[in-house]
Amino acid sequence: MLTFLRRRIASSAIPLVVVILGVFYLARLTGDPSNLYLPLSATPEMRAEFAARHGFDQPLLVQFGDYLAQVFRLDFGESLRTAEPAADAVLRAFPATLQLAGATMILAILGAIVVGSWAAYRPNSLADRVASFTSTTAASMPDFWFAIMGVLVFAVALGWLPTSGTESAAAWVLPVLTLLIRPFGVLVQVVRGAMVTALSAPYIKVARSKGAGELRVVFGHALRNAAPPALTVAGDLTVGLVNGAVVVETIFGWPGIGKLMITSILQRDFAVLQAAVLVTAITIFALNIVIDACYALLDSRVRQGVTT
Amino acid sequence: MTPGDAPAASRATWWRLLLRDRFACVAVVILLVVAASALIGPILLGDLAVKQNLRAVNRPPFSLDDGWAFLLGSDSLGRSLLARLIVASRTTLSVAVPAVVVSLVVGSIWGMWAGYHRGWRENVSMRVADVILSFPSLLLAVVVLYVFSPSAGNIVLVLAIARIPIYLRAARAESAELQSRLFVDAARTFGAKSWAIIGRHVAPTVLPTLFTVATLDFCFVMLTESSLSFLGIGIQPPDMSWGLMVAQGRQVLQSAWWIAVFPGLAIVVTTVSATVLASWARLAMDPGQRWRLTLPRSRREARHKNKEVRA
Repeated sequence: MLTFLRRRIASSAIPLVVVILGVFYLARLTGDPSNLYLPLSATPEMRAEFAARHGFDQPLLVQFGDYLAQVFRLDFGESLRTAEPAADAVLRAFPATLQLAGATMILAILGAIVVGSWAAYRPNSLADRVASFTSTTAASMPDFWFAIMGVLVFAVALGWLPTSGTESAAAWVLPVLTLLIRPFGVLVQVVRGAMVTALSAPYIKVARSKGAGELRVVFGHALRNAAPPALTVAGDLTVGLVNGAVVVETIFGWPGIGKLMITSILQRDFAVLQAAVLVTAITIFALNIVIDACYALLDSRVRQGVTT
Repeated sequence: MTPGDAPAASRATWWRLLLRDRFACVAVVILLVVAASALIGPILLGDLAVKQNLRAVNRPPFSLDDGWAFLLGSDSLGRSLLARLIVASRTTLSVAVPAVVVSLVVGSIWGMWAGYHRGWRENVSMRVADVILSFPSLLLAVVVLYVFSPSAGNIVLVLAIARIPIYLRAARAESAELQSRLFVDAARTFGAKSWAIIGRHVAPTVLPTLFTVATLDFCFVMLTESSLSFLGIGIQPPDMSWGLMVAQGRQVLQSAWWIAVFPGLAIVVTTVSATVLASWARLAMDPGQRWRLTLPRSRREARHKNKEVRA
């Protein structure tokens, strides 16, 4: 198990480094921040002084070296916009997104397991067809439009839910539902497909013939074998949740990391953008490792590196 | 099934299979309508989509009082929503289709090459795919589109790059499995060059899967383009796209709901159709599953009931 984890960490560290490098260079391509932060009448000397103060006058390679050295000392630089440490801005926004994404993913996975297994239990039944149609529609739903329709119906017309905020429980309903809809639709289909295969396998007959209850057969025996593909897809969907978070946080004014990233790109606030991407990339990186570990726990062939 | 088999006969089979599945039929019809409105709609409509009519501002939908052009209502400048939807379908498709085609072609050729040769070529390719996939695509698009201007060409480029790994992985996996098969070995023994083997022996087997993936991915690309346009970094006014129309409708949501509702419905209907078609194609292209489509629906259920009785 430890060897497995070590190998996995080493091989996913390369993407992590490339992503950080990529963001560093791409962010600097968006233009000169002094155009945004200094008045139009600024003299070349003022611009040079601004660049020197923030280290923008150095060659890119030197800037990147300095940046890496700072990151190792856990110093993420300071925001150009608000002059506060970038780490503070990111750490303030990160929990909001984490809570939102965590609640969404837990609900999506649990819901998909129940609905997907139910649909797979009787293939081609009415329940199966309703589940298939709903999940197909959910998986092809534009989230921003779903959010606006939610606002239109539940906030504007019925007045049941607020349109923004994070405090009350009601304020969570629309953002979570919006973020949930696509992962849920995709997961139901994956769980259903894997469960249909699993439920028609011989070991299910064995389990039934030894007298195991139906709940135990479905969730104990079949689900365990149907879990790996669903787990892989759930991992990919969680990465994609960042996309959804950008949209949801923009529409509902959620003070999370997606909104922070969009603002810092538009404001050329490099330090904050890099810190935000770094934190996101590390989270995704850690998540992938956790998923792979679960995968290995479920399937000993993966653990021993038989299947590559 | 190889491409050489009597094409006329197999085409007839395809039609029969398609006509048997009601959902797939409806999906094909909807996609054809969308494609037709994208191709010829703008020519027929002339300037109807941009003509402002300040006497017909925010007309509600489903009324023929102002002529058929206002069937779906009008926006806050009195422009026909129906005409704008039709013209926007061209923009939406002209981003989604090239993006899918580019990523399909590049990703599948690259993936087959990587899977056929294995070794370092495979490893490097997979790491590249990991890097692209581990970065949220919307964020990549935001950064790139902010650096370069958000023109349709750049959006296509960003979406194509973001989706190449999907085909790269699928093609790699299949081709890595195929390259150890006997018929590939035989071709190699006869001295065929590697590109010839990939083109003549690997590609025909791998391509059906990749086409199915592409149909499904069409939805993803369309939705991403809509999200980008909605966020204001995709298609820019005065051009129109469905996502942009939703964004414009959001401003007047309380007084004129239809401006945001109909473009979104158009997106949903198109993407759901593509998904339905993709799942039909997955069955139809798999020789082991195709029989499922040839059974009439009543017999499909009867079969299932029998199975339950036996169980």
